[in-house]
Amino acid sequence: MSTVHTDIVTPAGKVYEGDVHMVCVRATSGEMGVLPHHIPLVAPLEIALVRLKHEDEKKVDYVAVHGGFIQVSRDKVTILSEAAEKKDDIDVARAEKARDLARKQLGTLHETSPGYDSAMRRLKRSELRISTAAIKEDAVPNK
Amino acid sequence: MPSMREIKEKIASTKQMSKITKAMQMVAAARLSRAQLSAQNYAAYAGKLREVVASIASAMPKGGDSKHPMLATRPVKKTAYLVLTENRGLAGAYDSNVLKYAQNRIREKHQSPDEYTVIVTGKIGLKFFTRRNYPVVFSKTDVADEINFDDAVAFARKVIDLFNTKKVDELHLIYNHFVNAISQTVEDKQLLPLTNLTEGPAKKTNYIYEPDEDEVLKNLLPLYAEGQIYGALLDAKAAEQAARMTAMRSASDNASDIIDHLSLSYNRARQAAITQEITEIVGGAAALE
Repeated sequence: MSTVHTDIVTPAGKVYEGDVHMVCVRATSGEMGVLPHHIPLVAPLEIALVRLKHEDEKKVDYVAVHGGFIQVSRDKVTILSEAAEKKDDIDVARAEKARDLARKQLGTLHETSPGYDSAMRRLKRSELRISTAAIKEDAVPNK
Repeated sequence: MPSMREIKEKIASTKQMSKITKAMQMVAAARLSRAQLSAQNYAAYAGKLREVVASIASAMPKGGDSKHPMLATRPVKKTAYLVLTENRGLAGAYDSNVLKYAQNRIREKHQSPDEYTVIVTGKIGLKFFTRRNYPVVFSKTDVADEINFDDAVAFARKVIDLFNTKKVDELHLIYNHFVNAISQTVEDKQLLPLTNLTEGPAKKTNYIYEPDEDEVLKNLLPLYAEGQIYGALLDAKAAEQAARMTAMRSASDNASDIIDHLSLSYNRARQAAITQEITEIVGGAAALE
């Protein structure tokens, strides 16, 4: 089975690097699974989980990617994002605190108020972190 | 000639000073290596980002309707200069190089203060511009030694907003670029509108854009512009630490020169005092004979 070299790069450095069989991302236009030899493509990403499936179909790496975009070129896949964390690197306590704070802020804001978007984004990010950290490693996800 | 006691005091105070400058030099060296590391990490990201933006920009039809506002050059009524300086001073000519360059540049290009505006980071730069009555829209004086990405991006957004809301039509970035530990050069970049994207060897790859080019550009260009400002902040920070390290090293060197010099005068004064005493004794003995 063939693999494709995948990098996840953020301003703080490389978060992930490895040869994987399939990269699953959620682009703004919908879920997307990239296999080796995909046609060159660029797509912006949602704040969502990225799944990197290894060759043996068993091992899956999970990375929380906070926006950014995916660039697929002939022989490699690059995900660029302002922030990304591997499942094991997530600080759950901090994420929970951030989620509670964001919820509280959203409660006081109206959809049209200036801070709404950024508070919403913070909420999404912290929720993604929590849900990513909660994934059970041994269960083989079929979706 | 100063007395022995005076010289001794001077030597002691110079020694104290050199202790401080040496400590500052070491602190700057440690910070420099950290700043360099984060600049390096960032360079990988910036390179990738540039590659993608350039490949999209080169594939776009020149002057097409689908142009993103950040790519479009419009008649320049007002130019903004983003000048990066630092807070503390004690870094040799670091700040004055940038400020002098910015001042000359503004003087050359503009006749009246309505044509330009200044955005500045660092207390030194802010003081410089406000004292000379330059129009400063806003400033940031709390740039930490280790730059926080979210903080930097929030600042960058504010700057870019000036362009997006058409308050300014051009944005220039003036800062010290870190070349190596002993040299920094003043860099002047046009940040917005993004015009020099297609420079350099662009690899020709035909990408599909999902959902379409405009959508991708809409997401990508702000990220790119913010990244440029963040990168400049990192670069300037590394340059600052390098400049401070060099400045403090030469201050320590100077201090040890001064100490040598003063020790020499102290010894001379001591010997002169002894000689005088002997002369007096000999003179006294001679008078008794």
